[in-house]
Amino acid sequence: MNADFTAEELQFRQEVREFLQAQFPAEYCEKLDAGIRLSKEEWVRWQKILYKQGWAAPNWPVEHGGTGWTPAQKYIFATEMGLIGAPEPVPFGLKMVAPVIIAYGSEEQKQRFLPDILQSNVWWCQGYSEPNSGSDLASLKTSAVRDGDEYVVNGSKTWNTYGQYADWIFCLVRTDDTVKKQEGISFLLIDMKIPGITLRPIVLMDGHPEVNEVFFDDVRVPVNNLIGEENKGWTYAKVLLTHERISIAGVPKSKQDLAALKRIASSTEDGFCGSMMDNAIFKSKLAEVEIELQAIEYAELRTLAALSVGKAPGPESSILKIVGTELAQRIDELSVELAGYHCLPFVPEQFESDFQGESIGPGNSALRALTYFNNRKLSIFGGSNEIQRNIISKTVLGL
Amino acid sequence: MDFSYTEEQQMLQESVQKFIQKSYDFETRGKIIETEKGFSEENWQLFAELGWLTVPFDEADGGFGGSAVDLMVILEEFGKAMLVEPFVASAVLSGRLISEQGTAEQKAELLPQIMEGKLQLACAFAEPSSRYNLANVKTSAVTDGEFVVLNGSKVAVLNGSNADILLVVARESDYEGLSVFMLDPLSSGVSIKAYANADGKKAAEIELKDVSIPVSSRLGAAGSALPTLQLAVDSAILAVSAEAVGAMDVLLHKTVEYSKTRKQFGTAIGTFQALQHRMADMFIECQLARSIVVMAAMKLDSGDEYIEKTKAVSAAKSRVGKAIFKVGQEAIQIHGGIGMTNELDVAHLFKSVTTAEIMFGDTDYHTARFASL
Repeated sequence: MNADFTAEELQFRQEVREFLQAQFPAEYCEKLDAGIRLSKEEWVRWQKILYKQGWAAPNWPVEHGGTGWTPAQKYIFATEMGLIGAPEPVPFGLKMVAPVIIAYGSEEQKQRFLPDILQSNVWWCQGYSEPNSGSDLASLKTSAVRDGDEYVVNGSKTWNTYGQYADWIFCLVRTDDTVKKQEGISFLLIDMKIPGITLRPIVLMDGHPEVNEVFFDDVRVPVNNLIGEENKGWTYAKVLLTHERISIAGVPKSKQDLAALKRIASSTEDGFCGSMMDNAIFKSKLAEVEIELQAIEYAELRTLAALSVGKAPGPESSILKIVGTELAQRIDELSVELAGYHCLPFVPEQFESDFQGESIGPGNSALRALTYFNNRKLSIFGGSNEIQRNIISKTVLGL
Repeated sequence: MDFSYTEEQQMLQESVQKFIQKSYDFETRGKIIETEKGFSEENWQLFAELGWLTVPFDEADGGFGGSAVDLMVILEEFGKAMLVEPFVASAVLSGRLISEQGTAEQKAELLPQIMEGKLQLACAFAEPSSRYNLANVKTSAVTDGEFVVLNGSKVAVLNGSNADILLVVARESDYEGLSVFMLDPLSSGVSIKAYANADGKKAAEIELKDVSIPVSSRLGAAGSALPTLQLAVDSAILAVSAEAVGAMDVLLHKTVEYSKTRKQFGTAIGTFQALQHRMADMFIECQLARSIVVMAAMKLDSGDEYIEKTKAVSAAKSRVGKAIFKVGQEAIQIHGGIGMTNELDVAHLFKSVTTAEIMFGDTDYHTARFASL
């Protein structure tokens, strides 16, 4: 047994490190440290930097502009990004719709959509969940009825992240309601500029309109925007779900957050002439998080090793999703605890890029409760942790 | 043994419930928060008329009796509705500090005005690096003839931007210990940054730069304020804990109701045993939180030694805080995405109880304090 990287992998790591140090914009670091969201333009610029290097799409095949990396290289890249605090590019195009287009789209669709996704010329958003179809996604009702060369789409989608920036939306739609619910779903790409689409922003409890409800009212979509075969959409979406979870545990991000937490703890006074690092209870909690993180990291590495020898990803992705998100939420809890009174001011506007006023609280302390609130979503989205536990019960334990 | 409310307490509870039902639904609350003051002056006057503002005070001071159980009765209902009017900040925390620390003349002048709703107060005790230790005060008070000069920074001053008088806790240079000064917020050298906390209640950060006030502004005797501040904070802790108990009951209730109506996989999600057990655990947490707050309130009203009382308060804050994480997080999780939105009261209840967990010391702080007493 050995958990070491090979000499080539270590050399690759060095290359990634040097690239990130040279190319990840320093002002993004400052912004993200201060808790300020990147603007759309900044996200686009970051992806274009990665694109120039040929590294925008680690998961794509080489012929479409992917990197051809091994699972270990992908892992190293994600880890190094996390360590320097560089965010992954917005995933809706690169990681969510593109793999479906690559696997099941027509040649024409690949040529039409993939280059703009790779270069971040077109912003995509996701149309999966519906108000009445959350964990039970397959019960979705948004309908697409064939009319000549077009589908007529009616219904609504929700939890649509950053739809306000999007040019296109990829949707699961119902094309047959006479069969088993999973068998009447199709995968449709829709230009957001087509008449009949309206967005209603949904403000989350951290005060930020991060998601939207999207309404489709007789939206006419050309039939050639259908991916693969009609009524096969569920299969396409599902296959991709398990494949996209290599880095779902968020270990690099949690490592970075834990390191930050320790730094902050050392400089946070405990009220008794010491720092919070002198506080035995808090230190013990930090240690528990660190231990958990090590366990998760090795669970992830074991999954990675299995993938490297060509095994298909199995329920490991469910395990990693559960433990990774719950650990991230635990770190948020500790971060709130550390900030104490300083995290209570509810001033979300302070963390928008155009904020001009006088800020409340030391540093970004007022951000920490907002992050805690917002990250409650981690155990809800991407297949809630309850659904992940169901998957483990059924597929691993045979219950 | 009898844990039931007296007739008077039942009437008090009903009167608060009636008010909430009539004038304090979720939308109305949202509109009140949007106003500049962040609370309703009209409601405040109504509280005075209904006699609620007299509840924290002793009969000798013209109050309703100052019983902790009475306070608990009111605050639980306030917590259910996430009421944002500064009852705890002004009437409980500041009011109690005046009644414990003030001279007979000061009390006679101030307390009636508080009870009549004419005077709003805020108590500035916490500082940027004090965390929850009440004794850790760096704000200085230097006597200079007939004047005292204050310098320092205060944080988390509940109602700090709306108060007519700020009660500033400061360390005296000429006496040992802490004193409290009554400060006009418009005095020169006082700067106030107002904001709303995550629970919607107004608070402020306050800077004091060479603020010169007459020595007569000192509340009670010099250097004697730490024990009385602790008494006032004990009452405030009981109040916010009772609010949290009320809010958690609503979180539980809303979650159970939602699980009965939300259908996934062709059935109400409340039929899933995995969720049933978690809601049963939420219920258990709510019951234990309520029980320990009742215990603390009864202790405070008893003839026990002070140390037993303050220890009971820390016990309550510690245990309630533990319940807050569990009940709050599960309520959001079981609601799913909809629980994350600003549109639903569940998210606001979650933010309210999270705030309560931190105010006046979190679970770890009070667990350690309990152990040290």
